[in-house]
Amino acid sequence: MTTSSAGTDTGITRLGEVFTAAKAEDRAALIGYLPAGYPTVKGSLGLLTQALDAGADLVEVGLPYSDPVLDGPVIQHAVDQALRHGVRIRDTLHVVEQLAARGGRAVVMTYWNPVLRYGVDAFARDLAAAGGLGVITPDLVPDEAGGWLAAADREGLAPIFLVAPSSSDERIASTTAATRGFLYAASTMGVTGARDAVADTATTLVARARAHTDLPIGVGLGVRNGAQAGEVASFADGVIVGSALVSAAEHGRAAVARLTTELAAGVRGQHTGR
Amino acid sequence: MTSAPTASQGLAGTAHEPDDSGHFGRWGGRFMPEALIAAVDEVAAEYEKARRDPAFLAELDRLQRDYAGRPSPVTDARRLAEHAGGARILLKREDLNHTGSHKINNVLGQALLTKRMGKTRVIAETGAGQHGVATATAAALLGLDCVVYMGEVDTERQALNVARMRLLGAEVVPVTTGSRTLKDALNEAYRDWVASVGHTHYILGTAAGPHPFPRMVRDFHRVIGLEAREQVLAAYGRLPDAVVACVGGGSNAIGIFHPFLDDEGVRLVGFEAAGEGVESGRHAASITGGSPGALHGAMSYLLQDDDGQTLETHSISAGLDYPGVGPEHAYLADSGRATYEPVTDAEAMDAFRLLCRTEGIIPAIESAHAIAGAVRMGPRLVAEVGPDAEPPLILVNLSGRGDKDVDTAARWFGVVDPESLPTEEPPPGTDAQTGEREL
Ligand SMILES: Cc1ncc(COP(=O)(O)O)c(C=O)c1O
Repeated sequence: MTTSSAGTDTGITRLGEVFTAAKAEDRAALIGYLPAGYPTVKGSLGLLTQALDAGADLVEVGLPYSDPVLDGPVIQHAVDQALRHGVRIRDTLHVVEQLAARGGRAVVMTYWNPVLRYGVDAFARDLAAAGGLGVITPDLVPDEAGGWLAAADREGLAPIFLVAPSSSDERIASTTAATRGFLYAASTMGVTGARDAVADTATTLVARARAHTDLPIGVGLGVRNGAQAGEVASFADGVIVGSALVSAAEHGRAAVARLTTELAAGVRGQHTGR
Repeated sequence: MTSAPTASQGLAGTAHEPDDSGHFGRWGGRFMPEALIAAVDEVAAEYEKARRDPAFLAELDRLQRDYAGRPSPVTDARRLAEHAGGARILLKREDLNHTGSHKINNVLGQALLTKRMGKTRVIAETGAGQHGVATATAAALLGLDCVVYMGEVDTERQALNVARMRLLGAEVVPVTTGSRTLKDALNEAYRDWVASVGHTHYILGTAAGPHPFPRMVRDFHRVIGLEAREQVLAAYGRLPDAVVACVGGGSNAIGIFHPFLDDEGVRLVGFEAAGEGVESGRHAASITGGSPGALHGAMSYLLQDDDGQTLETHSISAGLDYPGVGPEHAYLADSGRATYEPVTDAEAMDAFRLLCRTEGIIPAIESAHAIAGAVRMGPRLVAEVGPDAEPPLILVNLSGRGDKDVDTAARWFGVVDPESLPTEEPPPGTDAQTGEREL
């Protein structure tokens, strides 16, 4: 990967290390998503810390948004609760900062309008200062991301874009070219939510993306248990788990720890069945 | 007599187009999930082919004429005008279209496009239910499956239209998330589309959303302005002084404005829903009270808080109760070519009653916002041209009829005993906000 104008010890390089370390152990990285502010700001910090302690290599801190069009009911509900409790953008940055302070690796997952409103340059600056490594943008495509790509480059943050089963080869090529850190492959056509089976579309999509990039590829949407994590780990560099962790979070830290442990075993091919 | 312009002429291309990726200046574009980019690319490509295909254009014109009833007439509203300080008010009668509003113009176009793309199912969002009814109608006509998403609040206040959609064979899904109004219906429609895009087209109901919708929806509605421009010229030998419309997402407004963009002397004014007043915070006036942001696929003016969270909106009119607006309106507002003003619930309902009583036309509450605006503008325009000049002409887009709103209006006016109905109209110039609610 090209180095950013921010130098060598950047979010992008530290994000790269997550995947090289996992690869050195001949396994996929485990990436867990939880929204900031759910059930409370402090509670979310505890849950994310728990996920990292129980074996997540990286966490995605969700920035709650009023109109999450790519999210299914579980995440909608959690985010809605966070917003009703008054969570702010600065709370998300605070959670990232606290995680980073204890050595945790975190990216932010956010719909684009909150960043626009905060100011793209200011957001990049404040996230980098908090120790965040990059930003996943479910409703921003590189075509509209000019200002963000420049700001991310300046701050050494990874702009992480999504590819989907419907993406043309041409778009996979242009999207991967703009992406740093890792590529997010949305495994199915649909919103977030745990699913019973890993879709074939995921393997096909990862294979198509590999033809265009050497970036690590994380697969998300639908993974809910250790067996599925193991299956995805067999063809992807990262296994991304969102809704299932949020569901676990409804039952508290112990449930998050339990699921994360199971998923971490899954990505190591040690899943024992359930 | 030349024959009236036809719907297909709206698709011919103009000097006022967005760039290839749908930007009107700094507005518009595509702020949306990658998963749907292929779908909107397909829509854009198919629309480009269709608008050059004589067979498509002929079929569109045939349906608009023989099925929807185009052209719609222009009515000189003389008794209404007595309340407008001496200005003349001309009503473009989109309420007389089949299904009762302008929405059918866009829906017939997109439903034909759906067939061309080989898709078998359509989905739509609806607020007032007029777009949902139009979509259900076109789906029945063309043999498409149809699901309409509608905020739960709106299913209650526009119950008549829910029944109409169901009678037409559509599935109506009440949306219970968020504010349970139009914006949440859009969210659900997007969620459906991401998972169904292989066989489903999303018939977006207003001139907003990602490229190519703002431009394509506008083109299907340009027939409103094309017809009206000819009709006014033919009847009055000149262009109107002002063209006005209500603005929710902005489709009826852009449809009537657009053919007048190059007519410098014609003022274009959009009326936004001010609910209980812009200063109250309970409103839906995105241009008057909003700021730039991206929602539902495009950069435009948006009602949002300091963190970019979409604000809850309020309007008595379900079709205007939306926190965003189409990007071309943001562009026109910035350039100054069009101006936008707020109209409160109370002003709109006064205008609703006024139109009922002076012209025998029950308007949609959405359209009543435009009527209120025209009545308010009248004295201003008369003062500008001077007392000796010909009375100024105000062309109003009467975007829909009010059958769906009878319950809301009856409740607003507290209609009970017909004996108690007053016979006197408020004299011209009376404060529109007297709070009187009797019909
Ligand atoms: C009669 C009528 N007018 C206007 C509108 C507002 O939409 P737009 O601003 O797209 O014309 C609606 C929407 O439901 C409507 O039903």
